[in-house]
Amino acid sequence: MGMKIGTAAFKERVDQGLSDSFMRGAVSAAQGRLRDGRLNAAEELGNWEDWRSHGEEIRKHTLEHLDYYLEMLVDNVSKRGGHVFFAQTAEEANEYITNVVKKKGAKKIVKSKSMVTEEISMNEALEKIGCDVVESDLGEWILQVDDHDPPSHIVAPALHKNKEQIRDVFRDKLGYKNSEKPEELALFAREQLREEFLAAEVGITGCNFAIADSGTVTLVTNEGNARMATTLPKTQITVMGMERIVPSWEEMEVLVSLLTRAAVGQKLTSYITALTGPKGEGDVDGPEEFHLVVVDNGRSKILGTEFQEALHCIRCAACINVCPVYRHVGGHSYGSIYPGPIGAVLSPLLGGYDDYKELPYASTLCAACTEACPVKIPLHELLIKHRQKIVEKEGKAPVFESLSMKAFRMGTASPTMYNIGSKLAPKMMKPFVKEDKIANGPGPLKNWTSIRDFPAPSNERFRDWFKNREKEESKS
Amino acid sequence: MIKGTVTNKDSFLNHVAKSLGRPRTSTRIEKPVWKYSPQQEVFKGYSQDELVKVLKLQGERIHTDVIETLVKDLPRALENVVMGYGGDSVVTWADPRFEEFGLTMLLNEGLPSKQVDVHVWDTELGDKNTEIAERANVGITFSDTTLAESGTVVLFNGKGKGRAVSLLPATYIAIIPKSTIVPRMTQVAEKVHRDNQNGEQVASCVNFISGPSNSADIEMNLIVGVHGPIKATYIIVNDK
Repeated sequence: MGMKIGTAAFKERVDQGLSDSFMRGAVSAAQGRLRDGRLNAAEELGNWEDWRSHGEEIRKHTLEHLDYYLEMLVDNVSKRGGHVFFAQTAEEANEYITNVVKKKGAKKIVKSKSMVTEEISMNEALEKIGCDVVESDLGEWILQVDDHDPPSHIVAPALHKNKEQIRDVFRDKLGYKNSEKPEELALFAREQLREEFLAAEVGITGCNFAIADSGTVTLVTNEGNARMATTLPKTQITVMGMERIVPSWEEMEVLVSLLTRAAVGQKLTSYITALTGPKGEGDVDGPEEFHLVVVDNGRSKILGTEFQEALHCIRCAACINVCPVYRHVGGHSYGSIYPGPIGAVLSPLLGGYDDYKELPYASTLCAACTEACPVKIPLHELLIKHRQKIVEKEGKAPVFESLSMKAFRMGTASPTMYNIGSKLAPKMMKPFVKEDKIANGPGPLKNWTSIRDFPAPSNERFRDWFKNREKEESKS
Repeated sequence: MIKGTVTNKDSFLNHVAKSLGRPRTSTRIEKPVWKYSPQQEVFKGYSQDELVKVLKLQGERIHTDVIETLVKDLPRALENVVMGYGGDSVVTWADPRFEEFGLTMLLNEGLPSKQVDVHVWDTELGDKNTEIAERANVGITFSDTTLAESGTVVLFNGKGKGRAVSLLPATYIAIIPKSTIVPRMTQVAEKVHRDNQNGEQVASCVNFISGPSNSADIEMNLIVGVHGPIKATYIIVNDK
């Protein structure tokens, strides 16, 4: 699939997102639930700010010494009998992975959820050599069965689909006969995927955190699919973005605690699996062969720049879950497997401004993302830095920001102008008002009202109401 | 253990160092003294009994039944849970603690007399173990360390302690000696770290298991039981 999803232009993608009312409802409900989960989990700890600061200092130190810790990691992996391949590009990574698979004569591959393998289009590379690659995360599998529908959220990839749609996909593609009850759908997936796990010759996983001083990779899941993929097949390949590493178990523990709380509000997910090399001597289950593929694919271009902190990301999606822009346009609008605020920072860095120059503008700079980030990445500041760079490069902003901001600035620049504007509003808008709502607004309101109503300006301005209230109060 | 191969290391790491604007690190880097250590504050000074309370409360949240029992009552408690899950077939680790805690009779005679097949993980049988575990109704292991905060049993897998026992059967029972309970993941991580520093290799697979498997991938509704066990019970046993 690659990092880029779809070919439509930014504005078309946004229009499509805005007009999908199920998706918008699902997204805002999910955002609410995930955000509340994080806030409750944070509150329970009491000293969440200290946790965040600790996460930040760990990520900063590790990234500053990335070459050192990567060397320690791979030396320890190889001591435990694992093979390591460093891939500068997606092509190099795919070439190595397909060679391992060919050597094993493998046809069936099970995968547990991994963003980096999406980023490098690994599935396509394996399919090209005749392999059947099965996604085993429930959400990812639903999308795969539905002819590779792209993911819309990094933690809940099938968020944009409702249970009836999922039932129909299973029915049409796999002959599913039961109802749209989530339990029945999940049971069907369990049965279908169990067969795949048992038949697979190779299991491929991503990596949440690699631990340098023991040569361990850590996988965080709820469903148990990563455990299946690393228990049953005889060969395991783990693919990691090169920044996904911590010095020791002590730091892994802290970042896992931050990840599970920030992502879903859980103290820990159902399964945290720490794997070191292939199975040990005398072990019955687990892979006989273990390969670790460390991927750069554009990350080193970010090191040493003002955007280095973007590499601190632990992929929890907390920023996505609080973003008001994501809430309205949904994940597909970003045109990248990395949506939301972190996607708007990361996609232009990994994929270039040509494809992603609009994304830094898909933000209100409200800073909710920065506040939510468990490792304190200053996301909104990085978005501003992107905008500065884009303007320097292009000589202008790529979207209508300049014009609309100019009008707003004019209207709010002086008390007099604001006074006049806000007084005039109810009169000016009168022709468009129906039952206190504007359903078909003029000018700048058009984009808004083409899909939803806008409340009509109140006849009594807040300023006047407030003044009158003060008068009333002073009387009593 | 035969060392694995490493490909492209120098060119890759030199490039990383160059991007960071400095030459490749060739000397030992000490971890800094961290400014923050909030993980040390969680349930600090809690007694073992207080940690049991925390664990029980968390069990409810993660859809896991938690039972507390004495060593002498453990066989009956375990039998009840196994039969409550429908009996049929059981797979367990080959772990001396089953004998230490007086469970040999139950596994060798008690359960078979109720038409329950019991399979003890047997290294000699190789992959046959996995096939049996895949068809088994109940998987039973001891917990090596137990985390009160998150309701987690930590399993250091290897040899007689197969990975599949806690994964493939439809249901899972963990026996938790009370002395294995610690406040949170911090204490396990510190122990593994210390052992590692002392040259002791960590197990090839360490699992942190918190209740049955689950997913919220369909309309964000929690579904309990996806790829791993559908139900889970913890039996805390007073071993002091």
